[in-house]
Amino acid sequence: MDFTLNDEQLMFAETARTLLGDTCTPDHWHKMMEQGAGFDAARWAQIVENGFTLLLLPEAAGGMGLTELDLALIAIEAGYVALPEPLAESAGVGAPLLASLAPDHPVLADPAAIIAVAPAINPVVANADVAAAILIEKDGRAYLVTPDQVTLTPAETIDPFRRLFRIEWDASKAEDLGPADWTLALDRASLFAAAQGLGLAQRAVDLAVAYAKDRMQFGKPIGSYQAVKHHLASAQTAIEFARPVVLAAAAEIGHADVHSRARVSEAKIVALEAAEKAARASIQVHGAMGYSWEVDVHLFLKRALALKAAWGTPAFHRSRIATRIFTQPLGADQTFARENEHA
Amino acid sequence: MNLTYTPEQQAFRAEVRTWLEAHVPKAPLEHYDATREGFEAHRQWEATLKSGDWGMVTWPKEYGGRGLDLIQWLIFEEEYYRAGAPGRVNQNGIFLLGPTLMEFGTHEQKQRFLPPMASGEEIWAQAWSEPQAGSDLAGVRATALREGDEYVLNGHKIWSSRAAFADWAFGLFREPGSERHKGMSLIFFRLDQEGVTRNPIRKINGHVGFAEIFLDNVRVPAFNRLGDEGQGWHICMATAGFERGLMLRSPARFQEAAAALAALWQSRKGTCDPALEADVVRAHMNAEAYALNIYQTASRLMAGAKIGPEASTNKIFWSEMDIHLHETALAILGAEAELLPPTGEHEWLDDYIFSLAGPIYAGSNEIQRNIIAERMLGLPR
Repeated sequence: MDFTLNDEQLMFAETARTLLGDTCTPDHWHKMMEQGAGFDAARWAQIVENGFTLLLLPEAAGGMGLTELDLALIAIEAGYVALPEPLAESAGVGAPLLASLAPDHPVLADPAAIIAVAPAINPVVANADVAAAILIEKDGRAYLVTPDQVTLTPAETIDPFRRLFRIEWDASKAEDLGPADWTLALDRASLFAAAQGLGLAQRAVDLAVAYAKDRMQFGKPIGSYQAVKHHLASAQTAIEFARPVVLAAAAEIGHADVHSRARVSEAKIVALEAAEKAARASIQVHGAMGYSWEVDVHLFLKRALALKAAWGTPAFHRSRIATRIFTQPLGADQTFARENEHA
Repeated sequence: MNLTYTPEQQAFRAEVRTWLEAHVPKAPLEHYDATREGFEAHRQWEATLKSGDWGMVTWPKEYGGRGLDLIQWLIFEEEYYRAGAPGRVNQNGIFLLGPTLMEFGTHEQKQRFLPPMASGEEIWAQAWSEPQAGSDLAGVRATALREGDEYVLNGHKIWSSRAAFADWAFGLFREPGSERHKGMSLIFFRLDQEGVTRNPIRKINGHVGFAEIFLDNVRVPAFNRLGDEGQGWHICMATAGFERGLMLRSPARFQEAAAALAALWQSRKGTCDPALEADVVRAHMNAEAYALNIYQTASRLMAGAKIGPEASTNKIFWSEMDIHLHETALAILGAEAELLPPTGEHEWLDDYIFSLAGPIYAGSNEIQRNIIAERMLGLPR
C-alpha cells in the first residue's frame, strides 16, 4: 500500500506543466479567441514532440506503454491551462481504443494524428474536423470513419475552445472494427475529465488569490477579509478531497470491476464539482470583473460545465456508484476492495 | 502508487480481526461521558486492549506500542470500527498528546507518560481554552510561575473534554507578564491534586462531556513541562496538526456510519422520498474521499513529509461530512427521527447532535478557513 507518486511521474508532470504553461498563456487564449480558433497546430506539434500522445499506447502499437495515472497527471496540467487541444480525448481515449481493436492501424503510426471518439452517451463529437479518424459507438461495436466520409455540422458551444460537431454517417461505408470495450473508453474519458477538473479548479482559485491580494477596497486588499478568504478556502478544501479520489481512480482503472468504475465516477463527480465551485468562487471574488469577458475566469467555468456533463452526467455516474454501494460489501475495510476477492 | 495491501498487511488485518472478535464486549458500554461508571468501564476496556498489546500500535515498543507504521494503524482502525469496539476514552492522550510527546518530549518524559497513556492507567484531558480565549487561543491568561524546580499554576480553563473524570490534563500557560504567542509553555498537571477544582458542564445531549477547571496555586515539577519554556505555542500548533490532519477522526468511523446509513436506506426506502438516495450515495462518496485523503497523507508522512496547514482542510471536510450524513439519516427516519432509539440500536439522533460539535471543537471551522486562506493560499492577514 503506497499512495505516493514516483520520481518519473513527478518529472513527466513537471515537463507538462512547463510546456503547457509556456505555450498556453492568457495571451495565447486571447489571440485564439480573436481569431475564432479552437486548435493551435504549433502547440499540438510540441505536445506530440514531447511524447504525450504516445504515453498510454502499448509498446506494440509504437507507444510508451505507461498508465492512466501517468496521463492523468498531465491532464491535470492541461486543465490548469484550459488546454484547447484534444490531448485527453485523443491520446487518453481514442488512441488506446483503436490500439485495442486494430493495433496495426496506419492512423496509429502518426503520433500527431487526432483520433476523435463518438460514444453513444454524447450527443456531439469533439474535434471531429481535425481528426484523422473518428471512432463511433453503435450496438457495442466500434466503427472507424474519416471526416470526409461523414457529414459534420458544427454545434456551437459556450466554451470558445471546444470544437463540437453533430455527425451523420452510414455504417455500411464505415470500417467495422468489431465489438469494443466502450465501458473502458467511458472510464478513461471520465477519469481524464476529472483530472482536467482538478487543474481547472486550482487555476480558478489561483487567479482569485492573485486578484484578492491586489485589489484594494476600504484601504485593504480584499483578500484580507474573511468573507473573501472563506470562499477560497472552501474551494481549496474541495480540491484537496477530489485529488486523492482522482489519483486512486487512475491507479485502479485497470481492474475494470464495479469498484473501479464507481471510483472513476466518484472522481468525475467530485473533481468537476470542485472545478465549478472554484470557478464560481473565483467569479464572485473578482466581483464585476469576474463577470466580464476580459478576466479569464469564465473559461474555467465553461470548461467545467462542459466536462461535468460530457461522458455521463452526474446522475449517470451516481447510478454507477449506487450499484457498487447496493451490490457489494460496505464498510471500513472495503476502501480498496475488488469484485473477485473478499477481505 | 500501489493501492493493494501486502500479504503482511493482510495477515495483520486478520490478526487484529481475530483478536477483536474474541475481546470486544458483546453489549455496548455506557458512554464514557455519561457517568463515572461508564468512564471506568472504558478504562477497563483500554486495559483489555493493552493486554493484547493494541493500546497504540504506532508507538515504539519501549513506550507501550508495537512499533507499526501508519498504514498498519489505518488497518487497525478499520478493524476497530468494523468490530464496533468501544470509543477511545483516552483519545486526547493517545491521539493528540502522545504524538506531540513523541516529537517534543525527552526520553525520560516519554518513559514516564507514554506507557500508562497507552494502557489507559492515566487518562488525559486537554486544558487549552479559557472563558476569554477560544478561537483566539493566544489570549490565554492562565499563568505558570517558575519557583525553583517547580511551576505554580493559576487560572481558569474551560471546555475541557473528559476532564470531569480524567486523571491528567495538558494545559497551556504563560509566564506572568508575557503577551500573546510569546512566553507560553505546555505543562501537565493532575486533575485530582491540591488546588484543582473541576466543575462538570453538561453538553446539549445531557452528558457531562466537558468541564471547567480552576487552578489555585497548583504546584507541579518542572519535569511536567513539554519542550522548552516559551515553546508552548509552537508545540500546540503541532498538536493541532495531529488533531486535525490525521489521528483524531479516523476515516473508518465515517465509512462504518455511511455503511449503516446505506442499510437504513435499504430498509426504509419504500416509505421515503426517493431523492434521498442521492444523499446516501454522497455520504459514501464523502467517506471514501476522506479515507483516500488519509491514506495519501499516511503515505506522505511515511515517505518523510510533515503535516502542514492542509490539515485544516481535513477538519472542515470530516466535520461537514458528518453533519450531512446524520442529516440524511434523520430525513430517512422522518417523523421518527425525534424518538430516542431502544438500547443497542443505532443512535442516529445522538450522533447527529454530536456532529454539530464538529465544526466547533479542535479549532472552529471559521478559524480553519482562515488558516487555509493565509497559510495555504497566501492571502494577507
